[in-house]
Order: sequence, then C-alpha cells, then structure tokens
Amino acid sequence: MSQDLSTATFSGYRRENGRVGVRNHVIILPVDDLSNAACEAVANNISGTMALPHPYGRLQFGEDLELHFRTLIGTGSNPNVAAVVVIGIENGWTQKIVEGIAATGKPVTGFGIEQHGDHETIMEASKVAKEYAQWASELRREEAPIGELWVSTKCGESDTTSGCGSNPTVGNAFDKLYPHGSTLLFGETSEITGGEHLVAERCRNDEVRERFMFMFNRYQDLIERFKTSDLSDSQPTKGNIEGGLTTIEEKALGNIQKIGKECLVDGVLDKAETPTGPGLWFMDSSSAAAEMVTLAAAGGYVVHFFPTGQGNIIGNPILPVIKLCANPRTVRTMSEHVDVDVSGLLRKEMSPGEAGDKLLECMFRTANGRLTAAEALGHREFVLTRLYESA
Amino acid sequence: MIDFVVHDEGDSVGVVVVEGVKAGEELTGWVMDQNVDIKFKAASDIPIGHKLAIKAMKAGDTVIKYGTDIGKVVEDIDTGEHAHVHNIKTKRW
Repeated sequence: MSQDLSTATFSGYRRENGRVGVRNHVIILPVDDLSNAACEAVANNISGTMALPHPYGRLQFGEDLELHFRTLIGTGSNPNVAAVVVIGIENGWTQKIVEGIAATGKPVTGFGIEQHGDHETIMEASKVAKEYAQWASELRREEAPIGELWVSTKCGESDTTSGCGSNPTVGNAFDKLYPHGSTLLFGETSEITGGEHLVAERCRNDEVRERFMFMFNRYQDLIERFKTSDLSDSQPTKGNIEGGLTTIEEKALGNIQKIGKECLVDGVLDKAETPTGPGLWFMDSSSAAAEMVTLAAAGGYVVHFFPTGQGNIIGNPILPVIKLCANPRTVRTMSEHVDVDVSGLLRKEMSPGEAGDKLLECMFRTANGRLTAAEALGHREFVLTRLYESA
Repeated sequence: MIDFVVHDEGDSVGVVVVEGVKAGEELTGWVMDQNVDIKFKAASDIPIGHKLAIKAMKAGDTVIKYGTDIGKVVEDIDTGEHAHVHNIKTKRW
C-alpha cells in the first residue's frame, strides 16, 4: 500500500541547529591514528559511547588535510550524533575539529594527549563522556515531516540484477521523496563513466551541469594519470564480473538507475561537503562503499539506501545503511545482510512502484529506530578518503 | 516464469535471472520498458546475472543495453550465446 508522503512523519532527535537525526550516538572521535587507543579506552569505560578509530591525520597537508578536517567535523556535526568527545595528539588540530563541530551547538569537548599522556587524557575524557552519555540518554524523539529526513544512496558489489531491480527501486523511492522537499544524495564519480551524458541531461541548469562535468572530468584525469590497465580488475570489480557485469559503461548505466526518472540534479558537492538546500545532490566521491558512505555521513545524511547484487555487507558507525537486493541467490545465501528483498521484481511478482514502497516502509522503520541488518551485525566501517601522500 | 529480462527492445543483450540455465533450454524473456515477453533458446550455459545475446553481433559492433552503448564486441557472438568479458570490452579508459 502506497503511503501519502505529503503528511508522512518520522520520529527523530531534533538537534540544536534544527536538523533531525534518527540515531542518538555519543562518539569519541580521534583526530589522528595515535589517538585511537585513548578513544577506544574511553568508549570501553563509558556505556553508550562509541569510538571511531581510523588510520590517518598526521602530516597531511593542502586539500587532503582540508578534506580530513571536513570529514571529521562533518561526522561530529551529523544529526545522528548527540555529543562528541574529540581526542588528538596535539591540541591545535584537536581544537579545530572541536570548533567546527561546536558550530552546530551540540556538546563537544576536545583533549590533546601531549603533556598529559594516555592515562590522564582517558580519565578526563571519560568524565566528560559519562556526562554526555547520561545527558543524551534523556533526549526524546519527536515527529518531523518526511522532508527533514536526508537520504543518501550508493550501491555496492553490484551485478546485473542491481541495474534492473534494486537500483531502480531506489530511483522509484527517490522520485517519491523528491517532491516533498527531501535532501537526497548520490555520487560514485568513476562509476558514472558511460552514463555521464545522462546525468548531465538531468542537471537543473547549465551551472550545475558544468560543475558536474568538472567533477566527472577531474576523476577521469586521475584515472588516466594512475591507471596501468583499463581498470577491468577494479571497475568493474571481480565481484561485479562474477555477477555478470562486463564493462564500466554497463555498470554505470545500472548505477544511475538510483536517481530515478523524475528528480533533477539540483547541486554538486565536493567530498564531505554539506548541501545548502533541499533536492538531489551529486557528491564527487570514490565508488568504494565505505569511503562513499563515510563521506555521505560527513555531508549530514541520516539514512542510507544501499542496493547490492552479489552481497556487499558494509555498514557505518553513525549512518544506518539499509540494504536491498534483487538477486535471488544473494537473498538466499546472505539473508542476514538484506533488509529489503526486491527479487520479486525480476519475476514480475512485484512492480517497481511496489518495490519502492517496500523500501520506503523500511526507511520509516529504520528512521524511527529499528536497527538495520548492518547495525545489528556490528558493521561500523569508518573510512576516510585520502587525496595523496602525507608530507 | 521469467528466465531473463531485457531493459529495452532495442537492446542486444538480456540478463538471466534464474539459476542453472543450460545450453539448449527454451527461455522466456521479459522486455521491461515495453512490457512484452519474448522466447529465446540458450546456446550456452549461462550463470544467473550473466547476459545472453538476443541479437547476433560481429567483432567491432557496439553492444546496446538500457538503449545505450555499453562497450564493443571483440569476438563474434551468436544469438543465445553467453555475452561477457570474453567477447565484450569497455570503450573507456
């Protein structure tokens, strides 16, 4: 049964800056690799908190450093996060992250390890984390209109069933959400190769189109610069090829089914940037699942649609990842990872509209608090995108 | 019972959506955009998700799926045959 989305609401946490989240995480965020141990110790000490360890943050410079800061600040600023403890080896960069997150108005405190050591840092950070966890536990969900739910998409371990089943299902859901003022996102720049003209045609105006083609060509130049073959081992992946996808063009045409038939591309974002208004946004991003989903979370998205064919199992620490699949073999062999089974589409047992409605129903349940398969299974892939070597 | 799907009637390939297709089997295909059924005989064993040719193609021809160019034929492909990385390559990169 199709839901009337014009009056539909979801139940979420309204944050200090007005955005609405669907999770209530207190995160312990390392600025750099050296601070992972302290962050994990604090998260072990204090129930209801979660560390987000990662391997970077030292001697990065230029655009790569800016992206690092933007991703960490965006992650802490995401409305699925109630409060943040930031720990870095040095105070300077730690405070930069703290100030970025503090702009949202949410509670955030930073700790530099130098001149304190792990023990003292862990003790002081644990005291703050305890206060945040108890404070967050009293926050209550409230109803918000569907247009306030920011939804991102990216597919993974795609096969040919993605292009005819699960990706068009996301497209159908996006077409239904778009008229209600939703803020939507797609990306995967390299994976548009072969369908870039179709995305360009969907751009709202010439300015957006030029920006999209700039991002697309920038990635093509990167591939041309570093490639040693036609990329047929990476794009499509071995899993894609096993699943029947033959060329990047075929993969791309399946991929862009996710943006539906009616939504226009309203704006273009660089990696981890936050949209400035409603509509469908394109974010320049890697097609590697965890990297792209991490960037979407840093951009402020609170629910993610992840179609898969061969069975990508990705999750994210703060962004609930809803998996949908149209491949009956994957649904049978990897059922614990699949939130929405749309394999009936390929047997004509389900229409595209019914599949879209089924995904939206799961979206509401997820937004209202139901754990996704990836959350229940503990998938928390937090993967920062790097642009080049450290200094 | 749908054995394979075709996105658009102008496409040169369809996608097998059932497991265990063997050479010689009569297959029923569904052309999604036009919503019509077509019949084809498989000329190869074709795994689920993999493509069968619904048009005969010569080396150098362009392969059409979603009504759009998805690459070039590098070895002749007969109707009903398995169409994949052994006979189709990207035109990019």
